[in-house]
Amino acid sequence: MRQIIIIFLTCLFVSLSGLKAQSLVICDQCELKTIKEGIAVAQDHDTLLIRKGTYREFNILIDKPLTLLGVDSPVIDGQDKGEIFRIVSDSVTIDGLSIINVGTSYTSDYAAIRVVKSDHFAIRNVVLEKLFFGIYLERSNNGIVSNNKILGDAQDEYNSGNGIQLWYSKNVVVEGNIVQGVRDGIYLEFADNISISKNHSRDNLRYGLHFMFSNDDSYEDNIFENNGAGVAVMFSKRIKMERNIFRRNWGTASFGLLLKEINDAEILGNTFEKNTIGINVEGSNRINYLNNNFVENGWAVKIMGACYTNTFRNNNFIYNSFDISYNSKLNDNVFDQNYWSDYTGYDLDRDGIGDVPYRPVKLFSYIVNRSPETIVLLRSLFMDIIDFSEKVSPVFTPDKLADTRPLMKKKI
Amino acid sequence: MGKILKYSFYDLIRSRWSYIYFMFYLLLGFVLFFLNNDVSKAVITLMNIIIVLVPLIGTIFGVMYYYNSREFTELLLAQPIKRSSIFLGQYFGVASSLTLSLVLGLGIPFVLYGLFRSDAIFDFSLLLITGAFLTLIFTALSFNIALSNENKIKGFGYSVLLWLFMAVIYDGLFLITLILFEEYPLDTFSLVATMFNPIDLSRTLILLKLDISALLGYTGAIFKQFFGTNTGFVISILMLILWTILPIWRLVYKAKRKDF
Amino acid sequence: MIRVENLHKKYGRNEVLKGLDLQINSGGILAVLGPNGSGKTTLIKCILGMVLPNKGDIHVLDMPVKNNWKYRSQINYLPQIADFPGNIRVKELFSMIKDLRQQTDRKEDLIALFGLQPFLNKKLSTLSGGTKQKVNIVLAFMFDSPLIILDEPTNGLDPAALISLKKLIREEKEKGSTILITSHIMQFVEEIAEEIIYLLEGKIYFEGSIASLKKSTGKSNFEHAIAAIATTSIDG
Repeated sequence: MRQIIIIFLTCLFVSLSGLKAQSLVICDQCELKTIKEGIAVAQDHDTLLIRKGTYREFNILIDKPLTLLGVDSPVIDGQDKGEIFRIVSDSVTIDGLSIINVGTSYTSDYAAIRVVKSDHFAIRNVVLEKLFFGIYLERSNNGIVSNNKILGDAQDEYNSGNGIQLWYSKNVVVEGNIVQGVRDGIYLEFADNISISKNHSRDNLRYGLHFMFSNDDSYEDNIFENNGAGVAVMFSKRIKMERNIFRRNWGTASFGLLLKEINDAEILGNTFEKNTIGINVEGSNRINYLNNNFVENGWAVKIMGACYTNTFRNNNFIYNSFDISYNSKLNDNVFDQNYWSDYTGYDLDRDGIGDVPYRPVKLFSYIVNRSPETIVLLRSLFMDIIDFSEKVSPVFTPDKLADTRPLMKKKI
Repeated sequence: MGKILKYSFYDLIRSRWSYIYFMFYLLLGFVLFFLNNDVSKAVITLMNIIIVLVPLIGTIFGVMYYYNSREFTELLLAQPIKRSSIFLGQYFGVASSLTLSLVLGLGIPFVLYGLFRSDAIFDFSLLLITGAFLTLIFTALSFNIALSNENKIKGFGYSVLLWLFMAVIYDGLFLITLILFEEYPLDTFSLVATMFNPIDLSRTLILLKLDISALLGYTGAIFKQFFGTNTGFVISILMLILWTILPIWRLVYKAKRKDF
Repeated sequence: MIRVENLHKKYGRNEVLKGLDLQINSGGILAVLGPNGSGKTTLIKCILGMVLPNKGDIHVLDMPVKNNWKYRSQINYLPQIADFPGNIRVKELFSMIKDLRQQTDRKEDLIALFGLQPFLNKKLSTLSGGTKQKVNIVLAFMFDSPLIILDEPTNGLDPAALISLKKLIREEKEKGSTILITSHIMQFVEEIAEEIIYLLEGKIYFEGSIASLKKSTGKSNFEHAIAAIATTSIDG
């Protein structure tokens, strides 16, 4: 059904885009037996209908505005020989193809689909398997990458590539993709104004999503699960992170989200569940953490280095081993009206806000920061006792680091 | 030995204290499972209680039983029974009745709650096994103390001190050492120090099998190797067995050389 | 029956037995006497293997005591203070000891003799001191053994029970058993014992019949005779 609608829409688009446009059919028994032949004979804005079958082709260059439309999931088998598609023209659409056996190389980053200096591309409903790099956008703007399935089987970081990579690309929408088993699920470098939503990135070797030097991007409603290290946002400005789920990034050096040198970001309504570290923050300023859920993480939030003017408001901190860890001064960071499952205070005036402040940094967390080996004393009676005494009369932990208006009930 | 064990065991399971101990766990189990509704959460709470309470109860019961049955022991010593059989029998009688209270007390609510449908069954069994080990270890230690101290008050005092040391003071000294020498690589030291205290050892063993082990592996390569693989689990179990065998061996050794 | 050679025992710095030699032949009732701390109980416990001597050898029925426990099946022992696990019933205690020794017993007669039937189903912790002692005596006489050792058997007994006890001891003697008794009730000793040994400062100070004791001390009263050896020993 979906297929039919897509074909219909494509036909509509093609018919609108110029009267000259026509459809060329490629199949085993057709006149055109390979995609390369098809591209060679096609006119601008033609549609190549690629019928079901296996096409053993690689290094396919698309140098004119074309639509490649797979009918009943045709398979392009690269036989591990190199790159499959290279798009060097604007307005190219690839839809409904299945690509396998992309070549692996230590010298060039072979991709299943590489878009080079081309705008208005669309890559949809593509299934990639046994790949090196998946979809590689290079200096290409104003495109869309949606509903693709990238199923890698990467074993080691040094000989694996990224699922979707954006490099010097702007205004791209990445939506509804499933990426798994590659090095970084989605990787952005110098990519601005990108919207990443409803993707599911899991079981990747390194990061589920990785930002480097990319500004004004947003990612929403994604699920990042069981990745080697979680999601990393580094050296970027004005990133919006909303309603994502960061789950089960359990590993000795894993976190849900890593923020490194990030300024002016919004982190809203996300869920961090069962990560070694929920959010690891290093040198990041002016970030608003609002309405997030931190559930059963080792550390919910670990703040390292100088961080200024961060606000934590209306978050839920539920059953984390450590809620907050600081290795520097509190500076002017604010904790206000969060819910803390460890809070044992009372609310006499029944306004929903606890009457005594909550101190989210336990003494133990402070000690572990100083000498990490002390973590072996986790959950020992001695630690509980000194944590309790510290709670009653703080000596070591920064006095000001407190939520003076802790919520009595979970924020929904 | 079997006969002595049997009688000591029957004697103990009919004592009021065994019932109180059993009822305590039963109640705890029910409260945790039915109010909390989250088995893995309950396992962590139970761990916190077990690693503190089981050694305490094992120590106190062991010392109490030894001193209370001193005259009876003398009666047995005049019977044609091997000395080691008498003491091992009594020891295993105490340890097994305590273990039974623990296993049944927590096991019944767990089974009723639907343990077999839960994937926490492994964690829970590990918890009970560790609890059993702690009972064996601390009962043996307390028997050792009682054997070496004719004075009841002294023996009792030493036992409580032993518990306090293992449960709290040891970790305090451990922590101070770690902080004092923080410039040095301490991961091997801290693992070894953990092995020398059965309470720490049990705690580590249970944490190892919970998700939380990732947290422990965060610290460095040696921790990662220990907590991230089966190495830690195997070593910890072996150490627990050693911790059980040594005091039992000393118990037999002491008993053979003591005048009554 | 019992052969003790050069027996030494120290508790810390306190030397209790200093090279004690003793030969006890089969049959008869022997009382071990001596002031407090003279080593009576230590000697008995050495024979039973409960106390391990520092030096010296003990043979019971020609079996060495050291590192051996099987010889104890030939001994019945009545300890000085008897206390039992509180949660076990009297009946269970009897069957337990029988179970442990695997010998034929005659507990029924003894229970009847001391009137213990009403207590059979009671827990041991609920019994009075005297009743406990009766239970204790039943345990000591339950089995037929060539050697019977009684440490202060008269403790807490009412007169009727005391008579029964004496009767029992005599019966055992008739059967040819050897009976070793310690007691500080001289009247009881005089009545029952044939031979006495008197321990002093870890050695045997006197060994012989009551008659020879009276003769050697020149006292016609047994109690005075005993007191006389005690005083001479202090003077000497």
